[in-house]
Amino acid sequence: MVEFTLPPNSRIDARAGKTYRAPDGAAVVRTFRVYRFDPASGERPRVDSYELDMAACGPMVLDALLKIKNEIDPTLSLRRSCREGICGSCAMNINGVNTLACTQSCADLRQGEVRIYPLPHLPVVKDLVADLGNFYAQYAAVKPWLQTRTPVAPDRERLQSKEDQEKIDRPSACILCACCSTSCPSYWWNGDRYLGPAALLAAYRWIVDSRDEATGERLDALNDPFRLYRCHTIMNCTEACPKDLNPARAIADIKRLMLERQH
Amino acid sequence: MPRQDRPLSPHLSIYRFMYTMALSILHRITGVWLALGLCALVYWLMGAAGGEAQYARATALLGSGPGRAVLLTWLAAYCYHFVNGLRHLAWDAGFGLERRAARLSARLALALALAGFLLAAYLLLCPRAGAL
Repeated sequence: MVEFTLPPNSRIDARAGKTYRAPDGAAVVRTFRVYRFDPASGERPRVDSYELDMAACGPMVLDALLKIKNEIDPTLSLRRSCREGICGSCAMNINGVNTLACTQSCADLRQGEVRIYPLPHLPVVKDLVADLGNFYAQYAAVKPWLQTRTPVAPDRERLQSKEDQEKIDRPSACILCACCSTSCPSYWWNGDRYLGPAALLAAYRWIVDSRDEATGERLDALNDPFRLYRCHTIMNCTEACPKDLNPARAIADIKRLMLERQH
Repeated sequence: MPRQDRPLSPHLSIYRFMYTMALSILHRITGVWLALGLCALVYWLMGAAGGEAQYARATALLGSGPGRAVLLTWLAAYCYHFVNGLRHLAWDAGFGLERRAARLSARLALALALAGFLLAAYLLLCPRAGAL
């Protein structure tokens, strides 16, 4: 359901935020305002300000967050792993846009404060760690594996032409970081029933796979006013994708395949 | 902490208001406004069907200062909704879904809607143009 405001327990307590000053003699100071929520405290979320000396900090937003965690405030929680944009763990909202902290350079952000929030409209576990359980369940719901009926000899592979492989090259590059789905207003309001751009991009990847033999069933499963058709081509997903993929096009293509099979 | 007590992360209040969502919500608002505008159209048609006195009342109301101002907002809503509707039509047909194309068509839609509105408003309101 559309609810523009946050529930009372989720509203940011503007007076509770702490400020950590930059060390004396810091050359280039930049403020990072970071969303904080501690489930153990019983308090509402707050936004803490950390002043960092950028001359002594790595170039990416993830470097800044890890500097905060290592040197200033070890209580800060965030997910990260590969630090090179392939694991999708450090997806978060940076200066109002969802992206990966590890591939977002601080210098590329607009001058001034850097505002960092968890991915939008998700239950917060702690600080920048959001609960992605529903998101993963939606991915599983599109059955992201090869489904076949025709038998193939055990010593043979299921072959595919180069052109057919190229159709799934880009959609296969999705790292399931959830930047796209959590940037979508339609997903914010109907995330319980609308599958969202990431799951639909995965569905598309298997629908157009020349080796998959469950195309009809896959389309049947999506033929629903909510699962697929809550996409109103807002295009926030494609704008947000840190891997430069195009979930909006994939969804539009699914809608067209849906129409074509009726004729 | 129990699962259901977890706070919801901020969304509308923190997300950058990008052209994508701006044009999308504007499309919906103008659509709703145009649907309401149908009531005014029906009112005018009922006036036309209801005889001279009723027609005079309807045209007097719609032709008054505030009446015209509201009609102009419907004209503007129509121009935008029409042009952006063509954009949606192109998307549904599979065109213009790339990031660059979508950004370009957004600007184009706004410019065309504004131009269409200004032209129509000029033709409707400027007495000399109306006489042509």
